[in-house]
Amino acid sequence: MKAHRKRRLSMVLALVVGVGVAVALILMALSENLNHFYDPSQVVAGEAPQNHTFRIGGMVVDGSVHREEGSLKVRFDLTDYRERVTVSYEGILPDLFREGQGIVAIGKLNQELFVADEVLAKHDENYMPAEVKDSLKQVAENTEGQPETVK
Amino acid sequence: MIPEIGHFALILALGMAVIQAIFPLAGAQLGYQGWIHVARPAARLQAFFLTLSFAALVWAFLADDFSVRYVASNSNTKLPTIYKVSAVWGAHEGSLLLWALILAVWGMMVSFFSRSIPQIMTARVLGILGLVSIGFLLFMLLTSNPFDRIPAPPEGRDLNPLLQDFGLAVHPPMLYMGYVGLVVPFAFAIAAMLGGHLDAAWARWSRPWTNVAWMFLTLGIALGSWWAYYELGWGGWWFWDPVENASFMPWLVATALMHSLAVTEKRGAFKAWTVLLAIFAFSLSLLGTFLVRSGVLTSVHAFASDPERGVFILGFLAFVIGSSLTLFAIRGNQIRSFVHFSLVSRESGLLFNNILLVVITLVVLMGTIYPILHNAMGWGNLSVGKPYFDFFFALLSVPLLLALGAGALLRWKKDDGAALVKRLVPALIASLIAGVLVMLWFGYSLGAILGIALAVWVIWLSVMAVRDQLRGNRKLTSIPRGFWGMILGHLGVAVFTIGVTLTSIYSVEKDVGLGAGDSYELSGYTFTFNDIREIEGPNYRGTRGIVTASDGNYSVTLYPEKRTYFSSTMPMTEAGIDAGFTRDLFVALGEPLGNGKWAVRLYHKPFIRWIWLGTLIMGFGGVLAVTDKRYLRMARRKKVPAAAVASRGATA
Repeated sequence: MKAHRKRRLSMVLALVVGVGVAVALILMALSENLNHFYDPSQVVAGEAPQNHTFRIGGMVVDGSVHREEGSLKVRFDLTDYRERVTVSYEGILPDLFREGQGIVAIGKLNQELFVADEVLAKHDENYMPAEVKDSLKQVAENTEGQPETVK
Repeated sequence: MIPEIGHFALILALGMAVIQAIFPLAGAQLGYQGWIHVARPAARLQAFFLTLSFAALVWAFLADDFSVRYVASNSNTKLPTIYKVSAVWGAHEGSLLLWALILAVWGMMVSFFSRSIPQIMTARVLGILGLVSIGFLLFMLLTSNPFDRIPAPPEGRDLNPLLQDFGLAVHPPMLYMGYVGLVVPFAFAIAAMLGGHLDAAWARWSRPWTNVAWMFLTLGIALGSWWAYYELGWGGWWFWDPVENASFMPWLVATALMHSLAVTEKRGAFKAWTVLLAIFAFSLSLLGTFLVRSGVLTSVHAFASDPERGVFILGFLAFVIGSSLTLFAIRGNQIRSFVHFSLVSRESGLLFNNILLVVITLVVLMGTIYPILHNAMGWGNLSVGKPYFDFFFALLSVPLLLALGAGALLRWKKDDGAALVKRLVPALIASLIAGVLVMLWFGYSLGAILGIALAVWVIWLSVMAVRDQLRGNRKLTSIPRGFWGMILGHLGVAVFTIGVTLTSIYSVEKDVGLGAGDSYELSGYTFTFNDIREIEGPNYRGTRGIVTASDGNYSVTLYPEKRTYFSSTMPMTEAGIDAGFTRDLFVALGEPLGNGKWAVRLYHKPFIRWIWLGTLIMGFGGVLAVTDKRYLRMARRKKVPAAAVASRGATA
């Protein structure tokens, strides 16, 4: 093999190895940082992991928001119109957080209680988080004859 | 009547785009001189019609013409005039019109500043711009016409309150100038491939355009980040939100492209790579448009968008990437770089920087696209956490900044490795000392040492690079502007790095419940919650807190607000911010907690302004490089015979 061919071959090999290692590392880090989404039915059914960060989404149940007087601790229930999960959070809720609104919370499950690190509501009053919309649609399909869900 | 004129002008613009695409491209291929000359007038006429159309939409907003559906859903008689104008691009249809207008304006600019470029090349470039225009104008006319009429309601629905802000009035035009501007180097690359002349000439022609587009993109992203900081009320400046990523990816590739174009122009190396980067930079800005406009994303930017429209853009994206890569595959074998450079050379440094920038792009792309693919495959919903992006970005920034500092000192072709190391050692020592000093001042953190050391490394070596230029009795004023542009760009990166490091490591954030007269101490400042009052604005009502922050000899009163706009039930947070060169104090109002207490968010953010200051310096560097004498000379020069340009390209 000529010298320049050899050099080119080694460069190509180095490139392939480099890209391979990079992609493997990226995929590994990606899989460690994925936050899966569960709806309240899945959480009640025990499909969601304990003590591992995930996202939960649903509608905030009317009359379920309780705040400890004068403190930042707040509890509320989320529903997909089939099951309910209680969420606890300490801090300032987003502007669009309201009873009857679709929201997404990120946090960990502690027994039955979902302890949220972050609560997200969207910046448009007509907007429903995509995950919540999907999950409600599924529930509506599975439980025909039930009262109509929010669109 | 005027909206109809706007609509009609839009159709005429499409007609012009078709002419601008077909005749020059066909003429260039077949050698019909007459057809080639169609390019410039067509591009200018297209820009004229789009300006007319845009002006008609602005008029409809200013005149509160609610019979136009787009105006009715995004404006209101009570909306302040400045926001009536910015509302033009506040939602989907109008922002597309702005996109198309900016595209046409870039085309017009090319038609004016291309006298030194052979006619046939200009014709091809403008033809390709015309093709892209056709795509967007068709999209607008078929799916998102901003001039659609409805029976006029008595009052409009008002602009999304989040968008009623100065930062957001200027953020989209800036960002679009950058996004769309990347079409110019793309068009040059495609035109060069069509013509079969992939020499250094096309790189020289597209360099100033790439710089200007890059500058706009830099400033546009920075504006968005600044806006998110003070308007969203969370006090963050970057969230790795998919839409932010969508603008960051073209920026990364455009940065790589700028550097790669330099190598292609000066040394004739990296030719194929540069073409690929030009294709990908534009493709990523199309991808960004798709992500923002299609509604496939869960994002703060997803202001009620429409999935069906996404299909069109996705098809267009597939067409652009597919056809450019096919062309590249056909012409690729003609691209050869007969240039050798040794391991220690500026070429190697730039190659390394390019690879890193592309790897960072890849990381961001995977983190952004993976959840979409996962969902599209029906495997369920998920999102990628911020730590993924933070980790990789920090990790890859280290070699990137090391190379950035050292690379600026390297000579083209071959440099002396041992001599280089000798010069790097003092820089390394100085950087580490600076890092340790900063850490002693602010508190223990290894990340802070690293971040500050990297910034000082870049600054130190940039100064050395300037000193090198002064060798042999050269004066400061005789250093070319292009070089100053590079130095400023790099210094901007250093300033940015200092800001990011100190803000992300030493910020203190606290949510507290405060009643009137209560105070809370944070980072040496005493925040006192004095009072809360009802206020009334032109189109909203709200409450305003009065908070004093004081550290003994400095005292400032901040007015965080909570507003409810009449047109919606949605409350908005307006933070009270005391901006400073070395720190920001940030107060945002939460909700009432009962007992007369309010939830209040208090932040102390050291050096956060340096983040945006850094991007400003970078942007300024970009402009300065374009005003380099050789470009000015190139623009001033009258027509040049094609043969002369080709031969100069070969020897450059």
